[in-house]
Amino acid sequence: MATSSVSKGCFVFKPSSKKRRRTLSIEDYFQNDNIDPETSTLRFQTCQSLWEQMKTEVEVFQEELNKKILDRLLEFARKTTATSRSTADDWASRMRSSEIPTAALVLGVNVPDHDVTLRRLSELLQQSATPFVVSLQSKECSALKQMVQKVLLQLMGCTVSLDEEEEEQPALSEAADLPRKRAHCSLATLCDWYQAVQKKAAVPSPCKSRGSPGDGVGQSPPVVVIFKDFEGFNPRVLQDFIIICSQYIQKLPLTFVFGIATSPITIHHVLPHSVSSLLCIELFQSVPCTEHLAMVIDKLVLTTQFPLKLSGKVLRVLIGIFLYHDFSVRNFIKGLQLALLEHFYNSPLSVLCCKKREALSRAQQLSHENCEGVRRLPSFMRYIENQEPQEQIELLTNDQHLKDVCQRLLRDLHTYHKQYYPVLRCLHTLTATLPKHPLGKQIRELHVTCLERNVWECEEYASALQLLRTPVPKMVLEGRVKRLLIKRCWVVIMVLLTPATDHSCFSVQETLAVFHREDRSAEGECTEEGEDASPRPRLQKKTDLFHLQKTLLEMKESRRTKKLSRFEVLRNEALDFIETLVKYVLFKFALQTSVHCCDDSAERLFFANLASSCLSLKFLCYPLNLPKNDALKSEEGAISNAAPDICIVYKLHLECGRLINLYDWLEAYRTVVAAAEGKDRDGTEAGTFDEEKHARFIRAVSELEFLGFVKNTKQKTDHVARLTWGGC
Amino acid sequence: PVPSVSSPPRAPLPPVCPCRMPAQLQHPGYPAGRLQAAEEAVPCREAQAAALLALFGEPEHYSYPSLFLYGHRATGKSHVTLTLLRELQLPHAAVSCVECFSAGLLFEQVLGSLFGHEAVSQSLARYSSFSDFVRVFQQLSARSSLPRHTRYIVLDRAELLRDMDANLLPGFLRLQELVEDNVTVILLSEIVWEKFRPGTGCFEPLVLHFPDYSKAELQLILSQDPSPAYSPELYGTYINILLGVFFTVCRDLRELRHLAALNFPKFCEPLEKGEGNGSVSLSLSKGNPPHLVHSLSFSVTLRVSSASCLSLSGHLSVSSPGLSAHAHVELPCHSKFLLIAAYLASYNPARTDRRFFLKHHGRIKKTNFLKKHEK
Repeated sequence: MATSSVSKGCFVFKPSSKKRRRTLSIEDYFQNDNIDPETSTLRFQTCQSLWEQMKTEVEVFQEELNKKILDRLLEFARKTTATSRSTADDWASRMRSSEIPTAALVLGVNVPDHDVTLRRLSELLQQSATPFVVSLQSKECSALKQMVQKVLLQLMGCTVSLDEEEEEQPALSEAADLPRKRAHCSLATLCDWYQAVQKKAAVPSPCKSRGSPGDGVGQSPPVVVIFKDFEGFNPRVLQDFIIICSQYIQKLPLTFVFGIATSPITIHHVLPHSVSSLLCIELFQSVPCTEHLAMVIDKLVLTTQFPLKLSGKVLRVLIGIFLYHDFSVRNFIKGLQLALLEHFYNSPLSVLCCKKREALSRAQQLSHENCEGVRRLPSFMRYIENQEPQEQIELLTNDQHLKDVCQRLLRDLHTYHKQYYPVLRCLHTLTATLPKHPLGKQIRELHVTCLERNVWECEEYASALQLLRTPVPKMVLEGRVKRLLIKRCWVVIMVLLTPATDHSCFSVQETLAVFHREDRSAEGECTEEGEDASPRPRLQKKTDLFHLQKTLLEMKESRRTKKLSRFEVLRNEALDFIETLVKYVLFKFALQTSVHCCDDSAERLFFANLASSCLSLKFLCYPLNLPKNDALKSEEGAISNAAPDICIVYKLHLECGRLINLYDWLEAYRTVVAAAEGKDRDGTEAGTFDEEKHARFIRAVSELEFLGFVKNTKQKTDHVARLTWGGC
Repeated sequence: PVPSVSSPPRAPLPPVCPCRMPAQLQHPGYPAGRLQAAEEAVPCREAQAAALLALFGEPEHYSYPSLFLYGHRATGKSHVTLTLLRELQLPHAAVSCVECFSAGLLFEQVLGSLFGHEAVSQSLARYSSFSDFVRVFQQLSARSSLPRHTRYIVLDRAELLRDMDANLLPGFLRLQELVEDNVTVILLSEIVWEKFRPGTGCFEPLVLHFPDYSKAELQLILSQDPSPAYSPELYGTYINILLGVFFTVCRDLRELRHLAALNFPKFCEPLEKGEGNGSVSLSLSKGNPPHLVHSLSFSVTLRVSSASCLSLSGHLSVSSPGLSAHAHVELPCHSKFLLIAAYLASYNPARTDRRFFLKHHGRIKKTNFLKKHEK
């Protein structure tokens, strides 16, 4: 490596290949040296397989969810092809032939989720309707030129790949060169190209008529242009593009799809009437994201299919992020994944988080450290406390015994989950429609409550049951009868699911049978309730005061008791039964939080997912709240001097008024930082230190400016203006 | 814009037209049959067509260097011009300026449709200026074997030329002078010439105005493409009713055509049920049919284009929320708060933010006004 040279020059040193680091696989990143390295591979594999399962589950049901709307869209695309062919004879369609068929697809404000739906749409279109599908994003189309270029590139590129399959070498090179050879790409070029392709397709070639998907549709498959984020497009560009397209619609069967985030009315905000009248708009509404989320939770969280159980805190954080910040189901699932990774990465006992049978065998193979880990679990400690002293000693000293107990507990846990969800659903169906929703409108709220404490101990539960017991107008009552039936079906399902190990289950079944019988008769009687009442004791005509009083009292009494018809008795019985069931099943299970739930990750999840201003504010005020930052704890109100520069500067700026004197600010900062260094030598070595601090200060201030807390002002020299108010 | 009249292939005109005038298009330079065909294709625009024809003169004659035609949307500017050029088989290039996002593209399209695309792609460089254009034009024109007929360059939506290179509009106005050849540039626009004038020294084109169609003219044009399933008289009646409802709010021919196509099936519904024939149409014509009024309210109050009105009326029953102005948009909680805060804050000066939005904002200072009133 000689760099000696007669003249000046720069020398390039290529890094030697030996020095290059071996690229790490995902598994290597999973190695956590602090936490039980032996099982890390196992944990990694478990984690991977679990995530794969969850992912496929999500994909399958999202497919189902979007199926309806995608089918309608496909139908729409096919229909436009059909009408464009029959143009010649159909009067109505001829009158409309100058319009561009447009599908306005309202996707909701959860923009991160749109991508999946639209990508799926374009795949489906390519499979079944037309090979010519273009997806445009607003950030790629800042000017008309880019937009047209993008369209041309995607379309002509698509046929290049088609041609490759057909092994037409000359055609391939020609098509590939076309956009480059031309000086300008315009829609006229595209139009010529389209007609050339159509002509080529019209020539019957045996191999193509079999294979190509476009052939089933007809001679002229439409060119579908998908505008992914309609609101993001520059209105000017979009208008021009639409006007140009409408001039070619006769020769080039275009179809638009607008992906709209807000509401269809924005079309008319973005496009003036003269442009929107060139479109023939049909509206499509996708599934609301709240429903989507409810289904995700239903499929991933409220199910026994996956061994991972989220703790209440994590679930609360995830749902909070969803409801308060982005409405994005995709981010919710990402958060779920993060929680999963976190759990498997950090806790060695997560090996047990798998299917029942495997978990049982793995419980037998726990190492000594892991056994110790089990003993340290808070929930297990609670369990131990409730045991006999003899048993306690045994559990704490004998590993083998511990493993056996673990196995038993795991088995119980699985059984518990099997019972838990159906009963949860029962309780939810029962209480969801109550006025004021004491236990929450959504099942997830109930679930979170159940996770956090014993549900029957909280006030809301009591009030809900109170509401259920109070007599209600007849109309509502009948509805409730039905609901009770539905709920009972759930209970039956539960009983079927439960392996009849517990003797209580038999009693459950018996009770249910009784209820069913009575229920049927009660339904009949519900209508005849009025006649059922016993004849009232008539008032005697001649009577003394005492007698009258007595009779009245009796009547009152009888009225009160009579009120309880058979139905009501039945209802009360049913409710009592449910209550016992709830108490039996929904208790907080020992070992639950420890083995299967990821609790501590909630906070990290929160920080990982949020990049909002509210977070930055929080960070600035309470740097000690950041994970793993215990060193910064200080008393309330004081400025901790070990905090990051920006936090100090922020705290100092809170003390100022609307205009901040930069010099004073710097001085204050310097004092705080000097105190941090613990040496009081501002008088001695001012020079070097000042420069460094000055630089740090300036950087902190410019960071604050970037975050939007202060800005430059011309009102006063050497001052900045505060953009927020409040503080100390 | 493309004139609505030109777009769909049209059924031949009904032979009898009561208000037909004697042929206005007469010129010794062109065969009478073609003139007749051209005149029939431009109903209610005969006067403008005649004026244009007079300006064009005979094919070999030099015409006025540049013409400027203006009028509202769908008043038949480009339709009349292009019909004349096409029917009389004059060499022309019709280019829409929206499409040409660069001057080079414009030059290429003009030259391409005048002299053939192959020749142009060889001689025109990729980034060409106006002088390149003039040079290539001269070369190709000298090379072409066609007789020296006037070449016409039609620039639709010419108002966009103003936003392009500064020399483009003056250049096109003087093109005849620059290329020293028989060429005429026709500019079409919706705005008046006064807004074009690019300063001093510019060549003034000949300005021709296309007025709006009157109600009778609209009626005449609209009833020219009747549905084949019904008699032309019935369709005429229908158009009459339609104009009665919509003429007050919409005079755009294209829009009216659309509305006509949209509402005709509903109009025919009672006929389909089939009670009588002539008398029913009479009873139909009494009063405004409710569906027309319904459709009117859509297009007026919501500013919904008739196009979406179509799909709306189709799907209204299928529980679609429609293009209602009050469509509910779900927002995350914080976004809602931000929106509300921004809305509220937009109504008061920045200095009062603190007073309005903070819970404990301190003591309110007594203003002079209050002090005065306390005394």
